Amino acid sequence: MNRFVWPLVAVIALLVFLVMGLRHGDPRALPSPFIGKPAPQFELPTLKNPEVTIGTNTMAGNYALVNVWATWCVMCRAEHPFLLELAANKAIPIYGINWRDSRLEAIRWLDDLGDPYLASAYDEDGRVGIDWGVYGAPETFLVDPDGIVVYKHLGPLDPVVWQREFVSRMSGGGQAQ
Amino acid sequence: MKRLFAVVATVLLVSSAFAIDEGKRFDDPEMQARYEKLISEVRCLQCQNQSIKDSNVSLAADLRREIARMIDEGQTDDEIAEFLVVRYGEFALYSPRKTGKTLVLWLVPFLLVLFGGYALLRVLKHRMSLPIGDDTEQ
Amino acid sequence: MIPEIGQFALILALALAVCQTILPLVGAHRGDAAMMAVGRTAATGQFLFVAVSFACLTYSFLTSDFSVLYVANHSQLALPTLYKVSAVWGAHEGSLLLWILLLAAWTLAVASFSSGLPKPFAARVIGVLGFLSIGFLLFALLTSNPFDRLIPAPADGGDLNPLLQDPGLAIHPPLLYIGYVGFSVAFAFAIAAMISGDLDQKWARWTRPWTTVAWMFLTLGIALGSWWAYYELGWGGWWFWDAVENASFMPWLIGTALIHSLAVTEKRGLFKSWTLLLAITAFSLSLLGTFLVRSGIIVSVHAFATDPTRGFFILTFLAVVVIGALVLYAWRAPSLDSDVGFGLLSRETFLLLNNVLLVVATALVLIGTLAPLVVEMMTGGKISIGPPWFNVAFLVPMLPLVILLGMGMHTAWRSQKADAWWRVLRIPAIVAIVLGVIIPLLFYGRVSLLLVVGCGAAAWIVISSLIQPVRSLLRQKGTAGITRSALGMSVAHLGMGLFVIGVTIVSAFGVESDQALQPGESIEVAGFEFHMVGLSNVKGPNFSAIEAEIEIRNDGKLVSKVYPQKRQYLVQKSWMTEAGIRAGLDKDLFVALGDQLGQNAWSVRVQYKPLIRFIWLGALIMALGGLIAISDRRYRAGSRETEAAA
Repeated sequence: MNRFVWPLVAVIALLVFLVMGLRHGDPRALPSPFIGKPAPQFELPTLKNPEVTIGTNTMAGNYALVNVWATWCVMCRAEHPFLLELAANKAIPIYGINWRDSRLEAIRWLDDLGDPYLASAYDEDGRVGIDWGVYGAPETFLVDPDGIVVYKHLGPLDPVVWQREFVSRMSGGGQAQ
Repeated sequence: MKRLFAVVATVLLVSSAFAIDEGKRFDDPEMQARYEKLISEVRCLQCQNQSIKDSNVSLAADLRREIARMIDEGQTDDEIAEFLVVRYGEFALYSPRKTGKTLVLWLVPFLLVLFGGYALLRVLKHRMSLPIGDDTEQ
Repeated sequence: MIPEIGQFALILALALAVCQTILPLVGAHRGDAAMMAVGRTAATGQFLFVAVSFACLTYSFLTSDFSVLYVANHSQLALPTLYKVSAVWGAHEGSLLLWILLLAAWTLAVASFSSGLPKPFAARVIGVLGFLSIGFLLFALLTSNPFDRLIPAPADGGDLNPLLQDPGLAIHPPLLYIGYVGFSVAFAFAIAAMISGDLDQKWARWTRPWTTVAWMFLTLGIALGSWWAYYELGWGGWWFWDAVENASFMPWLIGTALIHSLAVTEKRGLFKSWTLLLAITAFSLSLLGTFLVRSGIIVSVHAFATDPTRGFFILTFLAVVVIGALVLYAWRAPSLDSDVGFGLLSRETFLLLNNVLLVVATALVLIGTLAPLVVEMMTGGKISIGPPWFNVAFLVPMLPLVILLGMGMHTAWRSQKADAWWRVLRIPAIVAIVLGVIIPLLFYGRVSLLLVVGCGAAAWIVISSLIQPVRSLLRQKGTAGITRSALGMSVAHLGMGLFVIGVTIVSAFGVESDQALQPGESIEVAGFEFHMVGLSNVKGPNFSAIEAEIEIRNDGKLVSKVYPQKRQYLVQKSWMTEAGIRAGLDKDLFVALGDQLGQNAWSVRVQYKPLIRFIWLGALIMALGGLIAISDRRYRAGSRETEAAA
């Protein structure tokens, strides 16, 4: 091939790649490295009762949602009604990780708005959040009965996402909404 | 997609109010130097392209604290990098690790220079074989 | 009413751009003088209408017309007037209009100063520029209209991003865009040459001044952006290899290669296909940069908040323009080869090395910028490539280049006798190595291999650049003994040397320290004492701030007082750090407020930055060198003389 055609070939390749890149989606979404791996082990005091602890052991045996939330997180408030709905329908056990928050305010928040969680772990310094690779709230993890992380969703949970991403990944475990 | 932006933007806006940064210092200059180098090479995951050294958001402060703790516990730079990669993926490191697949990235500059050198030599050989000519040109 | 006039003016500008494209190009093909002459008229008209449109948008900002969506989103009643004007280009739609205005301005300039060019060639150049204008005008009118209305109009606007409320950043986009867009002229010259099949030394002489002016502005724009980031962003860094920074740097690197390649083509008729390809690439990288920054494909602090639809439009336009140019290139370039050669030790060889190394550097920056995207699309995993990689990768081609620079300047064309060459260079080389050891050791107390190489290379370039000017001064002919072209080269390279020493010293000896501070307390950094006298509340036109008064002392003696602020802008509620800087050519002392730790205690970032101003001074002097070079006689009267004879 005539060597003057190479720039054209290179540019066409680059353009094809850029088109693919454009269609690829949100450059900011970070996939969780835990998908398909065991959920990071933790044990933390619960929000309402510091004497009692919950952790990965508590969740074993069923599909479970682990929802990272905080009172300073606006989107957490937005998804809260849907979480209450899931809890009311007993669709799936929901555990909370109250991330980098004030215990008092968090308890008051749940009292005011309702508590969809079987229990919330109180992660005061964010160490457990880091262990789970959390970088924004809300984040919701789907953990299977064997303790493997099946899926992680960043952002508020809604019926569409629930059906499309969570229900579809639960085989016989939770109930469809 | 837009919701994602909104979420992260909200987190960014609100969480900076909670950032508590004590400016970790080690008395040992070597540990301090290691700390500063490490935090300049770890990406702030809540930001749009900043290191945790330069960012004020809460996650950046938390990660700085964790890294300082790990240095204190005697972990090596590689172990600290591994800690971050396990939780956040390779994305968390601004300096691609010099092992495995990302090693290629570190070889690319040298490969390109070698390739350029080769192309150059070919052109030179050709030009040196031609008459050098004099001052009468168009 | 005014916004509608602005929009209508854009539509008219588009119509004129279409005339400006079709008629001259067809006219050049047919040899029809009347059609070719339309080019200049249409270009003038297009510029006038775009200027009217731009004026309308500016008017809307100055009168705070919040019924215009763009104004409502990026302005505020309390915004100072200067920033109401700079807000015009502060976001995507407006900056696009600025781009269109500057493209029209460049086109008008070419049309006005092209009396020395053959008519068909000039017509083709105007036609190609018209095609580019069409693309951008369509982009604006179809996807990014700055005149969209917002009904009902809000009482007050969303304020300009506080990061942009700064005089430095106000002129950064115009300077940058003049450069970015200016490369379209070289591009158009290349296309015109390829269409006609004539590419010779005259062509290179015509193209060179236009390219140099664009390059100058790009140099200034990038330097300004770097300086702004340093004092505004609060972290004391001056370059982060962020995707948007890279988007402006790549055209600069290729533009530099282009200027040098044009020199060879002008002087000896060589490197024609190189020069063509570089001219195409420089502007293509400008377009690519526009795409990367506005399509949302890459995450960056500077990226415009925009969406993939716009990305597709730019990409399509980019594809049409670049593929079209490269098809022409593949067709014409093979016949451009000339049959002259040069010796191993010759200026041509050095300039060839220069081209290769600059292209490698550009390729590396491009790879580093796009690789995360490639990896993500191929494997699904995300990686980050940041300063640690870029700093190393960039140095690999740049270090040899910097050393070769000093040599190439003193190498004769065609063939250089090695002993004469060595006689000129051997003392500067030895002095440079010695200085490379002395400078870090004597002034900063420490030396290392990297420091010797960096300082030595900088000294090498500086000394080498000064040889010719100093010689001509000593020869009693004064500055007449050296052409402006050669003087410009020396000055530009001198600027480069200053840049290198600034980077080397600040990277090696800069000190950064984050500490907690309260009023009445002092901390020590790099031998200076920083004493916080007190904190106070300050009000600005559209922000409120906490200001610290910091005294800087050296050995007890007061050096300076600085007033770093932590500002909260009232509308967007975002917090901004205004650093307190004690600036000096020899060093900067930099204080920024971090976070509030308690009632009165703050975390403070203090930095000692030796020779950091040399970085921007170096860039400024590089640009000055370019200015001197194009003022050379042969770019003024010369072209008219030879053309009159032709």
